[in-house]
Amino acid sequence: MVDLRLKNIKKSYGTVEVIKGIDLDIKHGEFVVFVGPSGCGKSTLLRMIAGLEDISDGDLYIGDKRCNDMQPNERGIAMVFQSYALYPHMTSYENIAFGLTLAKRPKAEIEKKVKEVAGILQMEDLLDRKPAQLSGGQRQRVAIGRAIIRQPDVFLFDEPLSNLDASLRMDMRMEIGKLHADLNATMVYVTHDQVEAMTLADKIVVLNDGYVQQVGTPMELFHNPANKFVAGFIGSPKMNFFEVKIIEVSENTITVDSLDIGAIQLKNKLQFELGQNAILGIRPQHLVRQIKNEETGQITGQVQLVERLGTETIVNVKLKSGAIVIASLNQDIEIARGEALMLGFVSDDLHLFST
Amino acid sequence: MRKKPTSKLRQTTAAGWGMASPAIVLMSLFLIVPFILAFGFSFTNQRLVSPNPTEYVGTSNFSQLLSFDILTIEPKKAESGQLIRDDDGNLTYPRVRKFTRKNPNYPELKGMKEWFSWSSGDDRVVMLAKDVIFIKALVNTVVFVLIVAPVQGGLALLLALLINQKMRFINIFRTIYFMPVVMSIIVVSILWRFIYDGDDGLLNNLLSILSFGYFEPIDWLGRTDTALGSIAAMSIWQAVGFHMVIWLSGLQTIPASLYEVADIEGATKWQKFRYVTWPGLRNTAVLVLIVITMQAFALFSQVNVMTRGGPLDSTQTLVYQAVIRGYEKQDIAGGSAISVILFLIVLSISLFQRYLTREKT
Repeated sequence: MVDLRLKNIKKSYGTVEVIKGIDLDIKHGEFVVFVGPSGCGKSTLLRMIAGLEDISDGDLYIGDKRCNDMQPNERGIAMVFQSYALYPHMTSYENIAFGLTLAKRPKAEIEKKVKEVAGILQMEDLLDRKPAQLSGGQRQRVAIGRAIIRQPDVFLFDEPLSNLDASLRMDMRMEIGKLHADLNATMVYVTHDQVEAMTLADKIVVLNDGYVQQVGTPMELFHNPANKFVAGFIGSPKMNFFEVKIIEVSENTITVDSLDIGAIQLKNKLQFELGQNAILGIRPQHLVRQIKNEETGQITGQVQLVERLGTETIVNVKLKSGAIVIASLNQDIEIARGEALMLGFVSDDLHLFST
Repeated sequence: MRKKPTSKLRQTTAAGWGMASPAIVLMSLFLIVPFILAFGFSFTNQRLVSPNPTEYVGTSNFSQLLSFDILTIEPKKAESGQLIRDDDGNLTYPRVRKFTRKNPNYPELKGMKEWFSWSSGDDRVVMLAKDVIFIKALVNTVVFVLIVAPVQGGLALLLALLINQKMRFINIFRTIYFMPVVMSIIVVSILWRFIYDGDDGLLNNLLSILSFGYFEPIDWLGRTDTALGSIAAMSIWQAVGFHMVIWLSGLQTIPASLYEVADIEGATKWQKFRYVTWPGLRNTAVLVLIVITMQAFALFSQVNVMTRGGPLDSTQTLVYQAVIRGYEKQDIAGGSAISVILFLIVLSISLFQRYLTREKT
């Protein structure tokens, strides 16, 4: 049972601070996904856990050991790289056996272990091939094999699926999920793809600008984003945001007003003061077509773009103020560009963030 | 409608040839034509300036250069059959030229000279060659290549590994190592003649200081046993920076992630070199070795400036001989024949190196 703990981890290059103090507890067997936009420091954080980057400040514990100054190979980790990082002159077998070869293990033991790993990944027939003779998915499989054979306490994945095409990505994603279930190992996975994050993670860590924005299960993040950044990052299409003003605050409710939506009353979850500006958010999935004014809230505008994805229809609606609202509507909805559209929503689905 | 693009394409082609033509003309004139001429001349008796017409002589230039033979000479015997010894008790032998000059019993040895000899029992075995200077030049060149190719290649790799790290002022080191490459080899040779000077040279002084005066000054370029080595050392120093840069470019094509994997797997520095760096440098290694070998076979300027082939032909080289024969001795045919032999040697070595370092599938 090995937990991973990060205590106020910081990383700076010269005077530029890229990781600005991160605290995180990862339990044994958890699948944790670091997600965030490019340059948010997620890969750097992963590489610091791996020992490929120095930790400028803070403490990293793997199990009970403080690992800040340990060599990568002493940390009990294995890493899978975006570029696969396979040795081009070695066969799949040799690539997987690399660590054991370095450690000068007996040939019979190496063979047994490689065969075992190849069995887990169903790639026995690929062992004699060199990376150049493998497809992207097969290469990634070899790279994962090289990680598994180390029997690490923690698996680290650095955007492992980014170089694969869409359908392969989905297959590999499922396989990694299955692998996690089979091995019951702690996995830390970096991606900028929120679908990967949502589908794989037990726990998502949203990073931006060197800080942890929010930690939680995928559905927690989806339903209760802590701030505008998380709300905008998780969920596709992106959440719609409106600038609003607080016009009334009572014990249980809060009323906001804006040009596009008008006055709306919602439950008071956060501390807001009267007269303050705030951001109101609503997910495209929570908007529905409405024929006539009802008790719920409404937005009206003109349809600008209709994208039919089969499972849903994405509609861009231009409001009076010029703002664009995206709604995810019924797949077979009959709607065309230029039509006027009224969208309704329930106030419970609204999110309110401070600016 | 169809004609227009075709004519335009033709014009473009013409313009392309036009732009390439200066280079084509110059390269033909100074590389391709001489190359073909050298092949042609090597089968004639062409001289630089001669009133006689040039004649085709077949392969006699080559047989003149390459024929050698082994002669076993028995010691002189008195009529009684007793071996004759000189005052020091050594055996005495008939002179080699008794066999090689106008000796009807040994027509095949006509015109040959002694290259070297050794004793075998009481007999003396003599290695004979028709063109001893050429043979010496050939041997010297091969020895030079055998020293320079591994040492220069290895040293260049070592330097490349040293300067391929993130360090302050690393560019200063790169510049220092690369500086000799941009200097003219003539200038470098003249400078190193001073360094190697037998009386007051920098090297002798340095060794003398380092050994607290115990070191006896050596005339580095004036002794048969040190001259070629001295030229090799200087040549290695001069061009090592060039090959360092080639190695460096090879090193930088190896993705950093391959080293990171090795770190995670716990590879030692040596293991990283053995399993990551060296395999990644395979193609670079072929290039570096071929280039060094070809450059080393072309050894000329250093010899021309520093020793002119001496002392006692100990620094004769193929290219130096080709030039001396062609221009000083006006024997264009002989010089061409040497050039052709050099070409064939370098060609076969390149092919062999390619074969050795081929991608094994």
